[in-house]
Amino acid sequence: MSPLVEALWQAAALILHADSDLAEIVGLSLAVSLGATALAALVGMPIGAMAALFRFPGRRALVVLLDALMGLPPVVAGLFVYLILSRSGPLGFLGLLYSPLAMVIAQFILILPIVAALSRQVVEDHWREYEEQLRSLGAGPGRALPTLLWDGRFSLFTVVLAGFGRAIAEVGAVMIVGGNIAHVTRTMTTTIALEVNKGQLALAMALGIILIALAVSVNGSVHAAKHVAQRWGGQ
Amino acid sequence: MHGPQPILPLELREVVLALGGRRLIDGISCRFAAGLKTVIIGPNGAGKSLFLRLCHGLIRPTAGEIVWHGAAGRDPASAQAMVFQRPVMLRRSAVANIEYALSLQGLGRRLRRERVAEVLARTGLSEIADRPARVLSGGEQQKLALARAWALRPQVLFLDEPTSSLDPGASHAIEEIVRTLHAEGTRIIMTTHDLGQARRLADEVVFLHHGRIVEHAPAPAFFDGPASPLAAAFLRGELLWRE
Amino acid sequence: MRRLAAAFAFAASLAAVSTLAADKFITVSSTTSTEDSGLFGSILPKFTAKTGIEVRVVALGTGKAIEVAKRGDADVLFVHHRPSEDKFVADGFGVKRHDVMYNDFVVVGPKSDPVGIRGMKSAADAFKKIAAAKAPFASRGDKSGTHMAELAVWKAAGVDVAPASGTWYRDTGSGMGPTLNTASGMNAYTVADRGTWISFKNKGELELLVEGDAVLFNPYGVMLVNPVKHPHVKAEMGQAFIDWLVSSEGQKAIADFKIEGQQLFMPNAK
Repeated sequence: MSPLVEALWQAAALILHADSDLAEIVGLSLAVSLGATALAALVGMPIGAMAALFRFPGRRALVVLLDALMGLPPVVAGLFVYLILSRSGPLGFLGLLYSPLAMVIAQFILILPIVAALSRQVVEDHWREYEEQLRSLGAGPGRALPTLLWDGRFSLFTVVLAGFGRAIAEVGAVMIVGGNIAHVTRTMTTTIALEVNKGQLALAMALGIILIALAVSVNGSVHAAKHVAQRWGGQ
Repeated sequence: MHGPQPILPLELREVVLALGGRRLIDGISCRFAAGLKTVIIGPNGAGKSLFLRLCHGLIRPTAGEIVWHGAAGRDPASAQAMVFQRPVMLRRSAVANIEYALSLQGLGRRLRRERVAEVLARTGLSEIADRPARVLSGGEQQKLALARAWALRPQVLFLDEPTSSLDPGASHAIEEIVRTLHAEGTRIIMTTHDLGQARRLADEVVFLHHGRIVEHAPAPAFFDGPASPLAAAFLRGELLWRE
Repeated sequence: MRRLAAAFAFAASLAAVSTLAADKFITVSSTTSTEDSGLFGSILPKFTAKTGIEVRVVALGTGKAIEVAKRGDADVLFVHHRPSEDKFVADGFGVKRHDVMYNDFVVVGPKSDPVGIRGMKSAADAFKKIAAAKAPFASRGDKSGTHMAELAVWKAAGVDVAPASGTWYRDTGSGMGPTLNTASGMNAYTVADRGTWISFKNKGELELLVEGDAVLFNPYGVMLVNPVKHPHVKAEMGQAFIDWLVSSEGQKAIADFKIEGQQLFMPNAK
């Protein structure tokens, strides 16, 4: 398959030449997706933990909703944020559309349900194991929440990675709210889509290979960190 | 050393626990005063673990009352501790597990350090203090669970089959710690399915069957001549598979 | 807590980055044909060098591009479908339409040309033959300028493609590039703007078959989004961009943009 071989060569060439446009695009992709992931973890983990630990009206509905929204199509998330941030939308006065921040918001909304739903599962499993012991020590659900998040940290690593993986790979949401503007909102995935539009299939594939390599190295670093942490924190 | 106001005696009045229409605890009334080591025995399914959990407040009874006479309106929970059959350790060091329990009671940092060092030394765990709790052996984890309970300086300690998954050496160590705790004034209420352990530790015995107390007697009397045919059959090692 | 602070600092810096440059750029809603062909990549740096104004292009099909401009999400609209542009201005969304340049649409299809339309002078006649033979035809189907031009040709040919959709008439609902990729993949006929066609790299077995019909004329118009409708529109900088496009300097920049020696767009500002 010559286009695939060509793609490999082009990927290698792009990396070796340390193309500054490429560096900019990779940097933006990482900044946007890591930012969205950090925010989603910050908000999603407590939401998931609360859904796991507390009994309140609408809890079951929330759990079902979070589980269902894990499959939220990126285009829909993007369109939703677009309509909010558009000059004719409720938050249009902020002028955030077609900015990196808009992309962070869209990806945040996209992966929040993933982080929250999977965190709920992790915390629920830990609560099942810890509940009697923690209650015996005098810790109710409120005090248990941070404890369980901390004790579930190794599983939550994977949860966060799932969110990051979806964010870095999606194109539908960032395309709509970012606009794929050169040097402003052009990410790896929107560049790939653009090169496919141009019929530059080998170049698009080369960028795809770089994106995969990027995702692998981010995941690899997290796993290495997790491994080290596990040796100190135990299992 | 356990605070000025004792929470004992503990009294259960006509306590019932029903789940899905079955009365798992079927009208228990009894009283535990300060001082003794009580061992609860009975065949599997008799309700031993549920009985402990009801006393400790982990489960609410369907009917009846559980009264700590000494508590006089205070929350009796902080004066009790429980050690479970399978120790649940947090994913942190042995020391941090004990510190966590103490911080829940609102103890200051200095006092926590002192208590932790003391109980680790007395349970022989000082050398593994900084190891992650979850990589310790089963026996070490159970010792750590006891140390954690001990550090809380409970007036009453509940133990639910604390040695059921341990080898004889570890079981012996656990029993020694229980004896020490008792010698220092902690009321012991525990379950076991090991009749030998019951003989070694019990001052008094509660024999449970089908969620009811069949006998509640001083240990020597119970083991020498049980009053009920059920208890006698149980002590002979028969399976009590029907009434 | 430290994580929380870091995340906020990060979000704040992103917001700062997006607002810092706020006064120095305009947003242009335009079509894929201008962006994908590389025209903007060639001419915009010249404008920015001269004025210091950064031009951010959001490239969409003409239909979507107009919708974005209507919502006030762009300062300048740069598209190619005259009737829609006139309506945009008439409805008060745009200030004034200016001619900028033109190119033309071409009919492309497989080298083997099974229907035999190569070299035909009338695009409508060629379309009639394609319809009669039920030869595979890939349509943009996305309300873009190209799509609307294609529909105009079908109308002239007297062919109703709606019932054929899903059979020989393939409605891709996507941009020019993806549609050409589809046509290339299934050896279908399709209509493309000349700019995208020349710069397109995945032609496969496709070849240019019909060109030069007046119905295939493809003029581009540029207009400022009406600041009366959307007060935040950067009218001054947007107008500066439009003035530059229609100036002799801008027109020359457009004429100078060539791929493989071929000029892609003919400047025609008055």
